Amino acid sequence: MSTSGHPDRVGEVIAASTTDFVAQCYELYQSPPLGSLVKTRDESVELYGVVCGATTTSLEPGRRPIARGKDEASEEEIYRQSPQLLKLFRSEFSALVVGHRQGDKLYHYLPPKPARIHGFVYLCPPAEVRDFSQSFDFLNILINTPLPISNDELVAAVLRQMSQAYEDRHDFLVAAARELAILLSGQLSQLKAILGRIRP
Amino acid sequence: MTERLGIVTSGSLEKGVEVKLDSPVSVEDMAVGRYVTVEGQKRRFFGMITDISLGVTDPRLTITPPDVSDDFVAEVLAGTATYGTLRVMPYLTIGGDAVSMLEGPQPVKTVPSHFSVVNLASQRDVELVFGKEDERRFYIGTPLDMETKICLDLEELVKRSNGVFGKSGTGKTFLTRILLIGMLQKSTAVNLIFDMHSEYGWAGSSEGGRAVKSLKQLFPSSVAVFTLDEESSRRRNVSTDFVVRIGYDEIEPEDVALLRQTLNLTEPAVEAVYQLRRRLGKSWLQSTLDLRESEEAKELLRELSIHESTFQNLLRGLQTIGRLPFLVPQAPDNPVKSALDYLDRGINVVLEFGRYTDITAYVLVANLLTRRIHAQYRDRMERAMGEAGARPRPLVITIEEAHKFLNPEVSSQTIFGTIAREMRKYNVTLLVIDQRPSGIDSEVMSQMGTKIACLLDNERDIDSVLAGVSGKSELKSVLARLESRQQALIFGHALPMPVVIKTREYGSARSYKELTSGEGPETKEQAEKDIEELWG
Repeated sequence: MSTSGHPDRVGEVIAASTTDFVAQCYELYQSPPLGSLVKTRDESVELYGVVCGATTTSLEPGRRPIARGKDEASEEEIYRQSPQLLKLFRSEFSALVVGHRQGDKLYHYLPPKPARIHGFVYLCPPAEVRDFSQSFDFLNILINTPLPISNDELVAAVLRQMSQAYEDRHDFLVAAARELAILLSGQLSQLKAILGRIRP
Repeated sequence: MTERLGIVTSGSLEKGVEVKLDSPVSVEDMAVGRYVTVEGQKRRFFGMITDISLGVTDPRLTITPPDVSDDFVAEVLAGTATYGTLRVMPYLTIGGDAVSMLEGPQPVKTVPSHFSVVNLASQRDVELVFGKEDERRFYIGTPLDMETKICLDLEELVKRSNGVFGKSGTGKTFLTRILLIGMLQKSTAVNLIFDMHSEYGWAGSSEGGRAVKSLKQLFPSSVAVFTLDEESSRRRNVSTDFVVRIGYDEIEPEDVALLRQTLNLTEPAVEAVYQLRRRLGKSWLQSTLDLRESEEAKELLRELSIHESTFQNLLRGLQTIGRLPFLVPQAPDNPVKSALDYLDRGINVVLEFGRYTDITAYVLVANLLTRRIHAQYRDRMERAMGEAGARPRPLVITIEEAHKFLNPEVSSQTIFGTIAREMRKYNVTLLVIDQRPSGIDSEVMSQMGTKIACLLDNERDIDSVLAGVSGKSELKSVLARLESRQQALIFGHALPMPVVIKTREYGSARSYKELTSGEGPETKEQAEKDIEELWG
């Protein structure tokens, strides 16, 4: 998924709004995992987002791919026989903006301006993930923003992803889940659903 | 060291404040009776945990409980969706404002504000509240889970009547012994102890049957042992100072009236006693016992309109008294006088009952001696008020099985009821030891200055001990949960606030040394004098 210049570069912004942005991957099928922390830059502000969905579609809208593998032995064979296929599709992922960095300071709320089109999108390295997840204030955004996927799923995915940056995953997850328990004090079923999905 | 427990969330002065525990603090580590400080915005409050409860943020959690076998879920929910709460009764304010800085802890008149931080009380806080061991204060025990010494102001304690209550086997005797030693060392009061089971004079025994030293062994120069049963004392190798014999003529109708229930006397029989006393004079008992089936006797009874059956009932009762071996027609010397002699010299008197542990003997003797001693004290106090003499030393009279003397039916008649009620007017107070405080007249209970309660589990007993105390229901839960040994709840006059203590150790060589090392200045003076005399 890396490309020339930066090893963690995963794509480029192609649509942006205050609350989210969409990035196209440089390679087909190379979108970062659901829930991973990515960042892009708007002038001096670095925007952090969590991957909340990914799609792979035909380059031309309305033109659907056709089944090609009837006479092939394996799926890989299809792509080998028609290498142009890789250029006919594209993979995109959308990220929900959860915070930003201005200078040395991290803010776990929405930035003043949305991301810029063609801004490069990077996957955050573990050290940066740890830095960002020192505070769980971003959970509030994850829970309360209406999303095409279930918020519970996203929260669970984000926490699972972030926990991988920690040596002691258990401690991190417990701390995060305790924060959730307070946020969701009136929504027991939602809390239970998330806990079931992040149990180490 | 401050150990943060949580924050104040609600409450009232009357019922105490509610404290939400912080999530790392487990309710299982808490204990009722433990001390906490609350850091209010302007004042620091000192209080006691009186209740511990569990709470949930979402009531549905109690209906569909989470899977607690899952450690992760349990860990997450503990302290967040489920939490512990404490009820803390604030008793005092310490520091903070000028008055409490200058005059020490003050009683609370308000509650700490919302979200004040609650910490476990430190050793220093406890010391600040209960004071350090000094000339007046005597170390009686430690608070639960702490090493700090809780001290009782004994000079203050002996100014009022006090009570030690608790079920049998909860350590009343040990506690009383420690208290007596304290009074002996740190107060000007002298003690007269009616020692029903011969435990306070020379030696007692622990629950395990081990012998422990008592007052006379530890403080030979300031304790005198009187005995009713010379033989028993001799067998136990106790050196006694005086053998008590009571003459028939010492017994008054009031003594018989007090024994009405124990002797199974009827009302008219008690009435008859008064009549006989009036008619026959001081030696009425002897004369009555001598009245046999003679015409003369019948004449007398007719004259006093005492019915024959009433007289027989009375006679049976009086014969029971007459059979008591320490009662003699003519007493060789006067026990009241010699007890007073000792007490005047500042020597504490323990009266052992030896084998005569039945309640008739105890009630009779205790009442009889106390009445006379009290009368003497009253005379002297009245003279002292008229500036014709010195005030007598404060006297503390220790009685066991107090409900026999102080139950509502007889407390108005016995001298003990009078002493308990009139308090320290005549410099005589009581130390009441009892296992059924509910049997004691509530009027008497209300006059007790300081109450020391070991474990009690009868509802009525608990109620009667705590009657009239503020925050009663809170203390009730503390009292009912004391351990059955070595723990006691102390509250009242001699302490700034109620306290649960683990009684100090008694019975080991070290404990004897510690107890006797703190002897008052008199012994020190005596020792210096002895040295002087020795070296001339």
